[in-house]
Amino acid sequence: MGNFAHSFRGETYRFPDLKTVLACASGRRSGDELAELAAESDTQRVAARAVLADLPLSIFLEEPLIPYEHDEITRLIFDTHDAAAFKPVSHLTVGGFRDWLLSYEADSPTLARLAPGLTPEMAAAASKLMRNQDLISVARKCHVVKKFRNTIGLPGRLSSRLQPNHPTDDLRGIAASTLDGLLYGTGDAVIGINPATDNVQNCISLLDMLDNLRQRYDIPTQTCVLTHVTNAIEVMNAGGAMDLVFQSIAGSEAANQGFGINLAILREAQDAALSLKRGTIGNDVMYFETGQGAALSAGAHYGIDQQTIETRAYAVARAFSPLLVNTVVGFIGPEYLYDGKQIIRAGLEDHFCAKLLGVPMGCDVCYTNHAEADQDDMDTLMTLLTAAGVSFVIAVPGADDVMLNYQSLSYHDILYLRATFNVRPAPEFESWLEKMDMFDAAGRMRLPGQNPVLKRLIAEHRDAA
Amino acid sequence: MPPEDPWEKLRLATRARIGLGRAGDAMKITDVLDFQFAHAKARDAVHTRLDVATLKAALPGAIHVHSEVEGRDMYLRRPDLGRRLSPDCLAQLPPGDYDAVFIVSDGLSAAAVMQNAVPMVEAILARLTGFTIAPIIIATQARVALGDDIGAALGARLSVVLIGERPGLTVSDSLGVYLTYNPKRGTRDSLRNCISNIHPHGGLSYQGAADMLNWLMREALRRQLTGTGLKEANPLLGAEAMAAFAVSQ
Repeated sequence: MGNFAHSFRGETYRFPDLKTVLACASGRRSGDELAELAAESDTQRVAARAVLADLPLSIFLEEPLIPYEHDEITRLIFDTHDAAAFKPVSHLTVGGFRDWLLSYEADSPTLARLAPGLTPEMAAAASKLMRNQDLISVARKCHVVKKFRNTIGLPGRLSSRLQPNHPTDDLRGIAASTLDGLLYGTGDAVIGINPATDNVQNCISLLDMLDNLRQRYDIPTQTCVLTHVTNAIEVMNAGGAMDLVFQSIAGSEAANQGFGINLAILREAQDAALSLKRGTIGNDVMYFETGQGAALSAGAHYGIDQQTIETRAYAVARAFSPLLVNTVVGFIGPEYLYDGKQIIRAGLEDHFCAKLLGVPMGCDVCYTNHAEADQDDMDTLMTLLTAAGVSFVIAVPGADDVMLNYQSLSYHDILYLRATFNVRPAPEFESWLEKMDMFDAAGRMRLPGQNPVLKRLIAEHRDAA
Repeated sequence: MPPEDPWEKLRLATRARIGLGRAGDAMKITDVLDFQFAHAKARDAVHTRLDVATLKAALPGAIHVHSEVEGRDMYLRRPDLGRRLSPDCLAQLPPGDYDAVFIVSDGLSAAAVMQNAVPMVEAILARLTGFTIAPIIIATQARVALGDDIGAALGARLSVVLIGERPGLTVSDSLGVYLTYNPKRGTRDSLRNCISNIHPHGGLSYQGAADMLNWLMREALRRQLTGTGLKEANPLLGAEAMAAFAVSQ
């Protein structure tokens, strides 16, 4: 039993256990308040951070937050921990680790070597001692590169998921939104549909349409219908054109049960996707979504704060070498992340922790209409995440997802991010855009009126519609 | 002659904001303002109070109760309290031998309730011949599961919660209906049946929703259950109701 106490100006703050220290050290957010885990005052919060800063980083190898016998995610974390990789930082406190991460010594190759030696809880603990700028500057140094038909995650690159959702899965409507997105040069991470009707036959039709489109224009990207992993297995058995297997995941075995999955089902689906050999330059076939609040909403958070248990989902992701992972940060609702400030902070934490662990994190920069947030907050978060080197972001026509009824980024926003930070799409996709004559002389996406390709594509689609 | 808008026909296939113009990399000001207007409308739907007096006038004999939530801020932060009936309201709910109770609830869109609840209640009541129906309940600061406390207090065999759904930019006044057999606190959501997307802007019609609800309520009483066990749709239902049923399962 550790001594979890800190004195400040004559007052002593005590915490009963490690998970309480972590919870109280977390930035204020509605989900921890809902779970009655949050610090009771700002002073108590800082005291918890002071306690955390002095704890040895290795405490997380000695005190599992969820018992090893009860939880396959804990077993995964401990059974795959690389002690040799951990060695260079094994002597540090959590506070010392935060300082070391920011040091010049911790460069990109060093951080990449360290990743298998870190557990999710170590990343979460360090993040609680980091300001937003720390989360950005360290994440920027973590390069996680993945491949399928193109290369995602290279420095100086920003990929995007083109999300052409439609409330009734109308194929023409989805094709129209896809075409629109391609004309902004989005979709190199994936062209991915959230289906309105989640059944096998519908998924096969949608995949077929996307695959035909991709092949017709020879687009170096991957397509996906975000259906449940058990549906994905059926789709593959039926010969559906499945590039990537999608699944929402969480940080405890019980929370994953709530999603109707476990590690064995994920492995089965990954094996099936690998056997299709659809990737041309790589075999990273998985796509995961995560988000703070998922475990609490499933009643499977074990008294752990929402940011710490979120990071345990990255251990799940890491085990499957995914092409894509994204946090759905503002989607889960104001009872978990109340306003723009909380959403922005959580987005930066999720990105940092995942990248530090070697997970190729992207983000759905988004909010719902009952959250205290708006496009200004999304502008801030996408700008900060691009500064942090986020692998990809999600974009929909005009920032308005007409199927899921929430707001993400617009195709326009991708142009803003590219121009502001001089970041480019995945190299293979960038070459395709050049080949299609989509860039002007200055390397910007042509305006619609000056784009001969646009006119031809639209004429073809209009006639088909 | 103005240049042809190449997106005109494609827009017929989707409500998505496709084919927008550009001001450099950004959206044009008309599109920015159109978006802000839609967002403001959705936020207003979340934050506007339910007009209980008008509803009471339209639903004679209705009783107004509320959850343990005080204020919209608490409603959004504490869904757990929105699921619990305020003890102050218990005395207003005399137990009886009821087949069903209808609970008109603000949820996340008072606008949806003001627009759709009364015609929806009238449409379903006209179909429920032979049912013993409790007085209509108007519930504020309510989540779906508040119907469990209310149904249990009244001793109703079925609770039917008509509730404002989370507003989107395109539709901010969509109504959902949740049916629960033997309502009691702690009922899992998988033990309810849901009919969603009831609104007059291309959503499910009151008549279509009422046909489906009528069938579900009669089957629920006959088979003494709701939820995933009541999944199979009635082949006699119309195409519109069947399509909505498929989506809402």
